[in-house]
Amino acid sequence: MLNDTSTLSRRRFAAGLALGTVAFALPMRAAAMTVDQARTLIDKVVGDINSVIASGKGEGAMIAEFERIFAKYADVPVIARSALGPAAKQASKAQMSAFTKAFQGYISRKYGRRFREFIGGSIEVTDAKTVKSYYEVISVARLKGEAPFDLRWHVSDKSGSLRFFNLIIEGVNMLASERAEIGAMLDKQKGDVDKLTAALKDA
Amino acid sequence: MQHTMPYLSIPIMRKFDTSLLACCLIGAVLAGCSPVADPLVTRDPIEPFNRQVHAFNRGFDKMALRPVAVSTKGNGEGAKRISDFSANLGKPADILNNLLQFRLVKASENALRFGMNTIFGLGGLFDVATAAGMPANDTDFGETLHIWGFGEGTYLEVPFMGPSTTRDLAGTIVDVVIDPVNTLNRDQVLGVAGVKLAAKVADRGRYSDFIDSVLYESADSYAQARLLYLQNRRHQLGQDADDAGFVDPYEDPYAE
Repeated sequence: MLNDTSTLSRRRFAAGLALGTVAFALPMRAAAMTVDQARTLIDKVVGDINSVIASGKGEGAMIAEFERIFAKYADVPVIARSALGPAAKQASKAQMSAFTKAFQGYISRKYGRRFREFIGGSIEVTDAKTVKSYYEVISVARLKGEAPFDLRWHVSDKSGSLRFFNLIIEGVNMLASERAEIGAMLDKQKGDVDKLTAALKDA
Repeated sequence: MQHTMPYLSIPIMRKFDTSLLACCLIGAVLAGCSPVADPLVTRDPIEPFNRQVHAFNRGFDKMALRPVAVSTKGNGEGAKRISDFSANLGKPADILNNLLQFRLVKASENALRFGMNTIFGLGGLFDVATAAGMPANDTDFGETLHIWGFGEGTYLEVPFMGPSTTRDLAGTIVDVVIDPVNTLNRDQVLGVAGVKLAAKVADRGRYSDFIDSVLYESADSYAQARLLYLQNRRHQLGQDADDAGFVDPYEDPYAE
């Protein structure tokens, strides 16, 4: 009798342990899957960028291509809102959507113009990991005649789909840089979001 | 990218003011020991003064440095050769700093790189070591101070040199003094200084798209230059924590 219960409890214990392991392993596997998905996402972004670089198109066409890539893979509304900072809280829905649209064009022109420097170079994804509440995908950019440099993509699925929301180039944080820049532009417009949106279209 | 940052740097004159050095070193000591820095923190207590220096540097760049750099750039090949040659002349100082940092592997890598480029790169005109996949391993006395436990201190914009920190300016001054190249004869030392100055002009030309975008296309070029310098420098010193530079835009993003 005593033996039986002890066997039973041992069995129960074993079953519990097995269940526990499964319960523990499931989220681990889910996380690993998402890291892989984040890496796949940036592989696609990098693939698209590399083919734009290799296409040898003119500056205008490259900027248009960059805007398409940015809109497709980046969480543009969240990046725009974050760059605008506290002023986003007071802005109306219509103001935010106009600002976001202008911001997308501004970013595409600003970074698309720099694509010239990438001609003859390429980007390669080397690693991906989970950091806190987001995924970091690490890539290396090799430019002609330059030492390779470090390019890190911050990816999140909090918008509902997997998108990148920040880019760290040799330690320089693009979101922090744009927060400072958009903040300075907003100051120049005396805090008027509509005027900022108009100014962004020309920037 | 390192070369792109000190966009206005020229070698400091060899005769320097010892009291300035002392001030900088004391400043670095007071800044304390903080090996891991938050990449998003900016310590800039003398911002109004720094902004005046920035305006001066920007004017100097616009009136003198940029016109010379852009007009002499050509197809960029000559500029690249000057830049490589200057970098090779800086390698003995890098090796000395590696030794002071107790980084013996990097010291030997840099010695190998110096040998390769001097012998197979026509005295350093061609960077064959990078082409062969060797790491650049650039360093300076500012990094040595960092390894010895000095914090970065506060942000400084230095006339003619551009962005720096109290620690890094102290490092730059010490680097000029301890450079093994100084053991050469007077004409050679002057020649090396001339090459390094020419390399600064060459680099201003090589990276002119990027530097122009920061200096002349930003709404606040001072803030942009400061952010670029501090974040890039901390990255270069390996100060990024695991979640370095994490800005969470999802904190309260969809709240209307």
